[in-house]
Amino acid sequence: MPSQVTLTVNGAPVAVPLGATVAVAMAIAGEACRTSVTGEPRGPLCGMGICFECRVTINGRPHCRSCQIECETDMEVRTDQ
Amino acid sequence: MSKAAYDVVVVGAGIVGAACADELVRRGLRTAVVDREVVGGGATAAGMGHIVVMDDSEAQFALTQYSQKLWQELRPELPDDVEYEQCGTIWVAADEDEMAEVWRKRDYYEKRGVPTEVLDTTSLQSLEPNLRGGMAGGLLVLEDGVLYPPCAARYLMDRAQGRGARLHVGSCVARIGEGRIQLSDGQEVSAEIIVNAAGACAADLTPGLEIKKRKGHLVITDRYPGFLRHQLVELGYLKSAHSVSADSVAFNVQPRRTGQILIGSSRQYGAEHKEADNGILVRMLQRAQEYMPGLTPLSVVRVWTGFRAATPDKLPYIGPWPADKSLFLATGHEGLGITTSLGTARILADQITGTRPEIAVEPYLPSRIAKEHAHA
Repeated sequence: MPSQVTLTVNGAPVAVPLGATVAVAMAIAGEACRTSVTGEPRGPLCGMGICFECRVTINGRPHCRSCQIECETDMEVRTDQ
Repeated sequence: MSKAAYDVVVVGAGIVGAACADELVRRGLRTAVVDREVVGGGATAAGMGHIVVMDDSEAQFALTQYSQKLWQELRPELPDDVEYEQCGTIWVAADEDEMAEVWRKRDYYEKRGVPTEVLDTTSLQSLEPNLRGGMAGGLLVLEDGVLYPPCAARYLMDRAQGRGARLHVGSCVARIGEGRIQLSDGQEVSAEIIVNAAGACAADLTPGLEIKKRKGHLVITDRYPGFLRHQLVELGYLKSAHSVSADSVAFNVQPRRTGQILIGSSRQYGAEHKEADNGILVRMLQRAQEYMPGLTPLSVVRVWTGFRAATPDKLPYIGPWPADKSLFLATGHEGLGITTSLGTARILADQITGTRPEIAVEPYLPSRIAKEHAHA
């Protein structure tokens, strides 16, 4: 069983340990999760699905909480929708 | 006018009260507004902000069309945060019976100068791809729009204050009448004329006034730009909104400039608590999902309720209260107060200043209550 999975963040491949959340992939990729209404970069704050700061688009579905979703191979994560 | 502290005191700083104050002070009257909370904090903040022409009755049509015209005239002056968008309304016909209503409505609007387009199944689907397939069609009413009501009320009140009106918030009004406004902290203010614009609470201050609280729920989603382009209302809405007693829900969704989607609507009498009522909320969302299955995976960020000021004949009370020559009413707008606030303000001010109104005021006069009773 592989110990890593590879997904893409804004088109660029990112390898993360098996079981890591998408928030981890975002940290490794060095990307903010989203841009606030006033234009500020945002990322995980609570890390437990409450604050909604870490939302990203996963496989075309917007507003997914990256801290609550495990990475899967070939998952496409975007922050620029 | 004479030695009272004010020519007019308006009770209620919702969008109707704010519009009335703005219009009265523009006509040179010394005007004050009293509200127990904040400007635009009641039904104004709870409503969708749909600027819509409606044809339930000739009188309702006249007031909504007149008011929509006034909004369009005001539009260039509205600040950006009012978020006025002329997105149009589509009345969605699910089947051929409702399509017959589309044609009736189109004829009615065409005769009265309201631009519309009849949509068939295909054109409806291309305008709103997230609607369920196979709808019979719809009627696009091109000049309807949406705005953000609390900021619209704030703008009108700011303008009134800029023209010299006084605003007093944070005081409950205990009693009004005979040219006196008593606040619950014991203060008293005198006015030649008092305008009761207290919305669903208006009957607490004017006993004998027939206004019931009609509770509504709204839901707002996260931002999904492009998901929805027009305000969509099911034609079955008319059946729902017309029913005088039973609880009802209808498909009614609105695109906000932010990409958020407002989802309504519900109507309940006798539910006086402010908390969301899960039973009717579930029914409302199921109805919305039936029409727009694509809503299901969207993320909801907030649910709230509000109280419409409902009158027995679905028309507001605008004009003098027969039992007290110092008292005028501007209330009872039910679900149309955002649209009709501007028209209400004009025809109320016309009556107070003895000016000839641009539309006939008779259908809205509070004196019709006494007449109904006399005939009963």
